[in-house]
Amino acid sequence: MSRWLLRLAGLSYLLVILAAPVGLVFWKTFEHGFGPAWDAVTTPAAKHALYVTVLIAAIAVPANTIFGIVCAIAIVRRRFPGKGLVNALVDLPLALSPVVVGLAFLLLYGRNGWFGWLGDHGVQVVFALPGMVLVTIFVSLPFVVREVVPVLREIGTEQEQAAATLGASPFQTFRRVTLPAIRWAVAYGVVLTTARALGEFGAVSVISGHVVGKTETMTLHVEERFQSFDYVGAYAASVVLAMLAIATLAAMTLLKPKEETR
Amino acid sequence: MGLATAYLSLIVILPLAALVWKSAEAGRGGFWEAISNPQAVAALKLTLVVSALVCLVNAVMGTIVAWILVRDRFPGQALVNSVIDLPFALPTIVAGLTLLALYGPNGPVGVNVAFSRTAVLLTLLFVTLPFVIRTVQPVLLELDREMEEAAASLGAGPFQIFRRIVFPNLFPAILSGVALAFARAIGEFGAVVLISGNLPFKTEVAPVFIFGRIESGDAAGAAAVSVVILLISLAVLLAIGALRRWTTRHDRV
Repeated sequence: MSRWLLRLAGLSYLLVILAAPVGLVFWKTFEHGFGPAWDAVTTPAAKHALYVTVLIAAIAVPANTIFGIVCAIAIVRRRFPGKGLVNALVDLPLALSPVVVGLAFLLLYGRNGWFGWLGDHGVQVVFALPGMVLVTIFVSLPFVVREVVPVLREIGTEQEQAAATLGASPFQTFRRVTLPAIRWAVAYGVVLTTARALGEFGAVSVISGHVVGKTETMTLHVEERFQSFDYVGAYAASVVLAMLAIATLAAMTLLKPKEETR
Repeated sequence: MGLATAYLSLIVILPLAALVWKSAEAGRGGFWEAISNPQAVAALKLTLVVSALVCLVNAVMGTIVAWILVRDRFPGQALVNSVIDLPFALPTIVAGLTLLALYGPNGPVGVNVAFSRTAVLLTLLFVTLPFVIRTVQPVLLELDREMEEAAASLGAGPFQIFRRIVFPNLFPAILSGVALAFARAIGEFGAVVLISGNLPFKTEVAPVFIFGRIESGDAAGAAAVSVVILLISLAVLLAIGALRRWTTRHDRV
């Protein structure tokens, strides 16, 4: 009896909060058939927004992957002053409001900011792509580090030491011993980083200046279409993003067991 | 390692330092004036109260969902388990749009909560859904069933077993999930911005208030409230760290 009650409570909560709203957007998008939805996501503005989103992710994800691996190794294998601080700073993007992140970059690179002089030399950061890339790197920073750190702790240093004794250089040891051991954790972290990078809204909204056809990402495009009462356009662009999210979930579900049964 | 520190300084420390610097520019008086502006106070208050409610609901519903995912068996369980992460993977603006489609003015169920505080609560529940579930689930999986069986054989009822045995074991995990949800809730912007209507003194949350200040060119006012949010986020992170050390205090031999 109580088992059924719990099941009912849990599942209806998920239905009301999660499944019903997401399902409805799919239904609304294709309400009038596939054609209008397809037309809405193939307008020049929509295509450009998708291009900007993918471009930003294509820069932010590799940068954070390399940083994530290096930083995880530093946190687990090295002792250095300020390690506690590094550890805390890596987590900060998880807890900080994206709007605050956007504002911080706006103040640093804006006209009167410390790095405002970059603008005088023709390097436009705010209201342009570089700023959007920087905030995206900020918000998606923690994921690779957080996935790789526990795995590095668990595998220990014995194999690395053995490789070193047998004459392997540090880079060889990393490539032949460490990297294969952490690869699924890295892959999982990359999936999370990508999802976060593709979906960022608040921080890019602050820093981008919303120039349609120029600094508009897919998420900003959804908002812009919605505010212009083009609901089909907003829903269709949302469905594109939702399908990317579902692909992320599928990748997570596939990678999780690999990561755990390493 | 030098590379990692440099990267972290450039991406995280410098921008935040610029933010704190900006908020301090107007002096203590200016800072105080900016955060005691009635609209800012109302926004911060709403954010904190709704986030606290979000924590309560998540603590209860998150534990229930984690429970049915671990202890129950029903068809479609694997699917349910994987969609739990959807709010994490789904862009926040899309989350807001989906909730508005169902619970907005043209929703098919006849429930319209748009532009109300209920809408803010609902949206924050959506985006914070995974946290408690994902922190409680692994602990519940590892939990030794023998303790519960022993309690049952000594005559404890299901509720007593939960209260005296299961709950104390889950409590630290629930707390850290709740803390993560709280941090997420106070910072949420994208999901709230469409459905809440952003009515000052009524449905305007702190991040939306900050955004409004930026748009109207009041960078100092935006920076002051941002620093408050930043401090709350740091406090939550410290609390989670302390909690983690406290729960693993017996692991280190």
